[in-house]
Amino acid sequence: MIGGFGEAGSPIELIHALIDQGAKDLTVISNNTGSGRVGLAALIAAGRVRKMICSYPRSANSTVFPELYRQGRIELELTPQGTLAERIRAGGAGIPAFYTAAAVGTVLATGKEVRRFDGREFVLEPGLRADFALVKAQRGDPYGNLVYHKTARNFGPIMCMAARITIVQVSELVAPGGLDPETVITPGIFVQRLVVVAQPAQESRLVKEGRSYP
Amino acid sequence: MKTAPAAAGWTREQMAQRAAADIPAGAYVNLGIGIPELVAQFTGVDAGVIFQTENGLLGMGPAPAPGHEDPELINAGKKAVTAIPGAAYFHHADSFAMIRGGHIDICVLGAMQVSAAGDLANWSTGEADAIPAVGGAMDLVAGVKRVFVLTEHTTKTGVPKIVSACTYPLTGRKVVDRIYTNLAVIQVTPAGLVVRELAPGISLEVLQQHTGAPLRLAATVPDNSPGAAS
Repeated sequence: MIGGFGEAGSPIELIHALIDQGAKDLTVISNNTGSGRVGLAALIAAGRVRKMICSYPRSANSTVFPELYRQGRIELELTPQGTLAERIRAGGAGIPAFYTAAAVGTVLATGKEVRRFDGREFVLEPGLRADFALVKAQRGDPYGNLVYHKTARNFGPIMCMAARITIVQVSELVAPGGLDPETVITPGIFVQRLVVVAQPAQESRLVKEGRSYP
Repeated sequence: MKTAPAAAGWTREQMAQRAAADIPAGAYVNLGIGIPELVAQFTGVDAGVIFQTENGLLGMGPAPAPGHEDPELINAGKKAVTAIPGAAYFHHADSFAMIRGGHIDICVLGAMQVSAAGDLANWSTGEADAIPAVGGAMDLVAGVKRVFVLTEHTTKTGVPKIVSACTYPLTGRKVVDRIYTNLAVIQVTPAGLVVRELAPGISLEVLQQHTGAPLRLAATVPDNSPGAAS
């Protein structure tokens, strides 16, 4: 699982570290497929990703995934955005599957169990869990408690819950007590590793500069 | 399909303004990408309307002044926005609980096709080489209380977007309540499509020529004929 909605919340430094680390044949769960040739798009361009589970695999400056997909070199499991979020939340909460009205009567419900509740049809969707989650947050403490920044929060809190090992990059590490317990968004129990990246790169700026990784 | 001569009607801004006029005070509203974004120019917090953007913000404000963009404060179209005083940020499961749980009153979406039954197709042409991308569209039409479609009445080449049955892959079945186009305001009813309002200079006959499903006129429609007092 890789957090982010577009560049907001995308843990670029962790993704680049994953490219350096060399893991391949990955299944990546992320809302988009990255832009340019940095971050998630670079991971895909490096041939490390076998399958994407996402809701919106194309957007501005997104060329790496579409090319590989047209060539039949990468799998896609397309999921409505809210279903994707709920599948991740359910996975993290120990719920194996749930029924939802989203996608009923569409091609994205093909082959899925449909059940009627109170006269309305719902489709069965499985929860999602991952071996690892890569997430970006604003501030963390040594317990792994996290707060996020504006709309960069997006998939972070639910992905932290749904992975066996959650690795979070924070801009700032504070001492215990440095976060108001009333405002903690992700409780530390959901976080296994914390890395400080004081000044994270901005994906759109890297793309504009024509940068690529490695 | 045979295409009728071009008809102009309302501008995109006028279409958005017309849709905005039907959004009541107190409504929580989600705006789709494209023409629906223009609706925010004609209603908002001063009219008691709160915009939700599904990437995680309730109380979305207008675009920031140039130079004040924050790449971590964006809307669902990934454009820089602002947050109004009293706004709230939240994660995606909460955001889609708002949408799928029936807490959002109105969403305004674009369309590739709308059927007479209110089926909506707005995410894929279904062509073999298309990259399918659905985003939150299926969640919105399944969960939001009322779905407004805001779209040009026909494609750029004049092919009707309002049809008897959608040929593109569906976003949802029987989900659209009202259609706002450059030519008319049309209500989807169990008895078919009812024209509630015609753009200036557009007759029901001309409208029907540009529409791929039967239309009938509502019992009362406002007089928008050129020269009519407004």
